[in-house]
Amino acid sequence: MSPRVAVIQFPGSNDDRDALWALKALGADATLVWHAYAELPAKTGSVVLPGGFSYGDYLRCGAIARFAPVMDAVTRFAADGGLVLGICNGFQILCEAGLLPGVLRPNASLSFICRDVALRVERSDTPFTSRCEPGQRLVIPIKHHDGAWFAPAELLAELESRGQILLRYEENPNGAVGDVAAVTNEAGNVMGLMPHPEHAVDPLLGSGDGALILAALLDAVRETSASVALA
Amino acid sequence: MRATVLVRPKEGILDPQGQAVEQSLRKLGFAVAHARVGRVVDVEVDASSTDEARQRVDEMCMQLLANPLIESYEVEVHE
Repeated sequence: MSPRVAVIQFPGSNDDRDALWALKALGADATLVWHAYAELPAKTGSVVLPGGFSYGDYLRCGAIARFAPVMDAVTRFAADGGLVLGICNGFQILCEAGLLPGVLRPNASLSFICRDVALRVERSDTPFTSRCEPGQRLVIPIKHHDGAWFAPAELLAELESRGQILLRYEENPNGAVGDVAAVTNEAGNVMGLMPHPEHAVDPLLGSGDGALILAALLDAVRETSASVALA
Repeated sequence: MRATVLVRPKEGILDPQGQAVEQSLRKLGFAVAHARVGRVVDVEVDASSTDEARQRVDEMCMQLLANPLIESYEVEVHE
């Protein structure tokens, strides 16, 4: 059975259809889920929060979206160990919702940056990076104004020691502390990243490296459903 | 009751907006340093006392108006 992935659609999301397309191209049964829904579709194996400018990025990016009705369901899903991936604005929302540590701030340059960046994979023993090797270099585009991930020094040190930093920029484009491009929660089932894997699933469009992340997620969903079926 | 919330980037947090404003002020000939840019939120609160209003606005700040990782806030309640 194809892994069922819910792609949440907030007012102002604009990478929802790209995420849907990329996930389907990789074999997922992906479906859009409107932000006002109180429940996720039955048998949802993973939730993807896509990029965009939910609620106009008013106040702080992601600060309003976290109060969307569907976020209660996403929070319960994550608490039960469900795999959640936040891309760009999705990452910002997960941080504001407290599902991921830290916060995303305006780029140090105050410019909107839209280009390919090189990333280094820190760990491969996670549901999001299992198709990569530690130290592997990935090229995936970023396109954001508020992409500078921030955590106070002591929190960053804790995250580092627990191995919660999964991707780092080779050359820091936005002023993120620790060159952090992707971070996971302590349990390891929620990840957020600023680069857009859904825009890098076909070498014809520049890079296929993003497919490694999304396909790893789908692998993990398949494994989870298989173990549930056996139990 | 009206209340004003001042939200500021915390000390030590990089504030590129403040830096850009500072540079522009200098170009205009003003001798300034340490410009920081924050946010003002004015709200009308339903409360029977200034203490109650302050408490309500405090809750608003903690839940939404400020992110404690990077921002500090001050609440002013107008009689």
